[in-house]
Amino acid sequence: MISLPGHGLRVALFATCFNDAMWPETPKAVVTVLERLGVTVEFPLQQTCCGQMFTNTGYAREALPLVERFADVFDDYDAVVAPSGSCVGSVRHQHAGVARGCGRTDLADRATTTAANVYELSELLVDVLGVTDVGATFPHRVTYHPTCHSMRMLRVADKPLQLLQNVRGIDLVDLPAAEECCGFGGTFAMKNADTSVAMGADKAHHVRETQAEVLVAGDNSCLAHIGGLLNRQRAGVRVMHLAEVLASTERDFAAENDLRAPTDTEVTA
Amino acid sequence: MSTRDEMLGRIGAALAGADRRPPPDYTYGAVTPLPDIADTFVERVEDYRAVVERVDPEGLADAVVAALDGAARVVVPPAMPAEWLDGFTELTRTQVVTDDGALSADDLDRFDAVVTAAAVGIAVTGTVVLDHGPDQGRRALSLVPDLHVCIVLESQLVGDVPESVAPLRAAVEAGRPLTWISGPSATSDIELERVEGVHGPRNLHVLLVRDLLVHDTAPDTAPDSARATPA
Amino acid sequence: MSGTFLGMPKFQAAAPEALANSQQRRNLQHATHTIRDKRARVVEELDDWEELRQAGAAIKDNVLSHLDTYLVQLEESLTRAGATVHWASDADEANRIITSLVQETGTDEVVKVKSMATQEIGLNEALEETGIAAWETDLAELIVQLGHDKPSHILVPAIHRNRAEIREIFLSEMGQVGTPPPGDLSADPRDLAEAARVHLREKFLRAKVAVSGANFAVAETGTLVVVESEGNGRMCLTLPETLISVVGIEKVLPRLEDLEVFMQLLPRSSTGERMNPYTSTWTGITPGDGPQQVHVVLLDNGRTDALADSVGRQALRCIRCSACLNVCPVYERVGGHAYGSVYPGPIGAILNPQLRGTTSEVDQSLPYASSLCGACGDVCPVGIEIPELLVHLRTRVVDEQRGGMPSGEQIAMKGAAWMFSDHRRWEMAQKGTELGGRAMKKKDTIGRLPGPLSAWSDARDSPTPPTETFRSWWKREKGGQS
Repeated sequence: MISLPGHGLRVALFATCFNDAMWPETPKAVVTVLERLGVTVEFPLQQTCCGQMFTNTGYAREALPLVERFADVFDDYDAVVAPSGSCVGSVRHQHAGVARGCGRTDLADRATTTAANVYELSELLVDVLGVTDVGATFPHRVTYHPTCHSMRMLRVADKPLQLLQNVRGIDLVDLPAAEECCGFGGTFAMKNADTSVAMGADKAHHVRETQAEVLVAGDNSCLAHIGGLLNRQRAGVRVMHLAEVLASTERDFAAENDLRAPTDTEVTA
Repeated sequence: MSTRDEMLGRIGAALAGADRRPPPDYTYGAVTPLPDIADTFVERVEDYRAVVERVDPEGLADAVVAALDGAARVVVPPAMPAEWLDGFTELTRTQVVTDDGALSADDLDRFDAVVTAAAVGIAVTGTVVLDHGPDQGRRALSLVPDLHVCIVLESQLVGDVPESVAPLRAAVEAGRPLTWISGPSATSDIELERVEGVHGPRNLHVLLVRDLLVHDTAPDTAPDSARATPA
Repeated sequence: MSGTFLGMPKFQAAAPEALANSQQRRNLQHATHTIRDKRARVVEELDDWEELRQAGAAIKDNVLSHLDTYLVQLEESLTRAGATVHWASDADEANRIITSLVQETGTDEVVKVKSMATQEIGLNEALEETGIAAWETDLAELIVQLGHDKPSHILVPAIHRNRAEIREIFLSEMGQVGTPPPGDLSADPRDLAEAARVHLREKFLRAKVAVSGANFAVAETGTLVVVESEGNGRMCLTLPETLISVVGIEKVLPRLEDLEVFMQLLPRSSTGERMNPYTSTWTGITPGDGPQQVHVVLLDNGRTDALADSVGRQALRCIRCSACLNVCPVYERVGGHAYGSVYPGPIGAILNPQLRGTTSEVDQSLPYASSLCGACGDVCPVGIEIPELLVHLRTRVVDEQRGGMPSGEQIAMKGAAWMFSDHRRWEMAQKGTELGGRAMKKKDTIGRLPGPLSAWSDARDSPTPPTETFRSWWKREKGGQS
């Protein structure tokens, strides 16, 4: 066990408010993957929200206490991990600016220090733990959408794809026009709903072109938008967070097959 | 208070307490090494769908006549080297008029072609720069006629844009205009489909003259921007 | 400000009509993808692109932070070279100066080089009011002018039109203002360009006055630069007797050498070419060559307001290449008109509220006309952090509206912030989620929702809330920890 890549590392999980309340399976999957790699995972209960929605909508003053809370809660760990490119993007690229904009230079410095230790899941796995094979099995046809903030704020590049490529049984297919925004954009999805849906419709079209069964991404918010459109179309494509794919093992898959009617003779044979 | 003083006052107020930024930490005029500067120039000019030919000095006069493609009336700048026009004879039946500065825009519109020298050729971008010295003439000459035959010497070539500014400085300081020409007039305004030939000369014919005694022998030798001699 | 776009509705209200215009959607999608691919190819050719971008940003930052010094130097250089320099605080003053300069020449028409600054101040309309015709000579501007339309793109103002529409405009309008097109005009871009050539030729040859903008103005030498493709710029800058150039005060560059940076950044970013077909420079008056009356109008029109914002001023680095428009997923679908300005797209969303202020509905809405995807910031040749500025301006809009009767959004945001400011409140709120989840246990998803939530649910299903949040699970499973 000593040789596990995460051994001795104490990592705080920042679940993000959205995942905590709406998509608990995602932070659970993070715990599963990290513990499998030997990491000691902690979940500081004082955490709430990174404030991204407030910041990006123009409510910097409302975001300020959340920036301070984040620094208070998370500045004492080897590393902090969050299963969300956009929340990590906000912590890393906006927290100090919010503090500075509100005249809190002391907090800006503290936010910068804290943010330096905050990682999106694929960054923690690939850059900190040096792992691209997390021992997952996921025998489905999958396509991956690189969310804008993972790609252009965090520059995670192909780290999520490296992780997916090493998943056993996966049939990973390229998503056409992958780098184009899905149109979620936080409150943009509500304030400019028509434009947001027009963008999402094109993304959904490209997803369907791949004939994938599962659309994977590193942000449940984008997935809720694309998945919501796909579901309204009854497209027969489900959406899943990267963490949940990485947490899947052969055992999950066997259990899954026990539960449902055998539809695929090859698999059940 | 004048508008001028008001505007300067507003700028001063806007910048009060601002961090005054220094000029960039950037090396101007860097040389772009190319294996063969003339080859690159020719390839890149062709990319714009201009006609470009390499000629020896002794073949230039005939090449000029051929490039003019039977044009009946040709205008040339006041100080065009005479030997460049030696190819014209009674048989070529071309009327060659030297600009005396009195030709109006309408007069120029009745010429089929213009022949000029150039000041600098930029290989990477396939650009010819005129600094409108006496062998290139005033701007209207190389603008109104529909065919521009432009003679560029290999010794005038530079690698890329950074090397092109220094040899043009003297002309600018003398108050002369510059015209940078990259292919014929073009537009992409309709469905982003490129159409060559709108207002400027619709046809550009570049004659690149081999005037260097030794050229392109050492592929790894960077071209020396000092070779470029502004007219 | 510009008369062209007065009374525009906010972006959100203008967008649905544009989204429903299937012809325009098709035209824009084709055009923006074509040009963004071209840009990507020629940018990839340069190994030092990132270094060039940084140099471009640094040169502009140096200019902006010494703008008073450089403008005075530019004025001296221009005057020494024989040009007359005018200063204009706003659109009205610039239009008055230009109108009287044209009137002094005794002519009743001007030819125009495509210029964002003159569009910004609504010069054509101002000239028309005094009986002076302003002929746009750039092909796309001509299409827009003949079509009684508005530009929808900085570089390709008629990007929203396709060839068949342009043919119709030429056939019905060209003959009313000059040489008509041939009766058998086809929709082939070559034929359309030829019709424009013939139509404009007579205007170029007879024009006494031209009006231009400038891409750059070199302080050290007093040299103005116009970057173009068609040769209409050369015609205007060369043939008339009088040349009037409207130059935004942010266009100044310190030295001639600085052109090497921008003459690499601009063509590759804007048209996706290694170099644009024509670049003209002129330094005041050249005896025997070109206009012998040269005027330069230095335009503020809100630029000093932008300069006063220490975060926002970087928008004044903009060289109007329009690369950000071409990669913007919002612009690609909505087009330029919904932005209510001659500066559409991401740069318009940050520039207009700074130049015009945030008092109108449209200027308040523009910072929100973005999904913050970041594609614009990545392609900007002078490194303007557009997404960051969008957020900065959203904050300004929100802060300016504080103190009055609170809007529904303000109440919701304040409520949410209160909830998140203490984890115990957040836990209480989660109980509600769990109750909802249990109540809807049998459904996988939720369809249409009432009220403000319909903006989400009109087109998208929503997941049902979980019966147990992560926090509850953690406490139950890992109880003692943390």
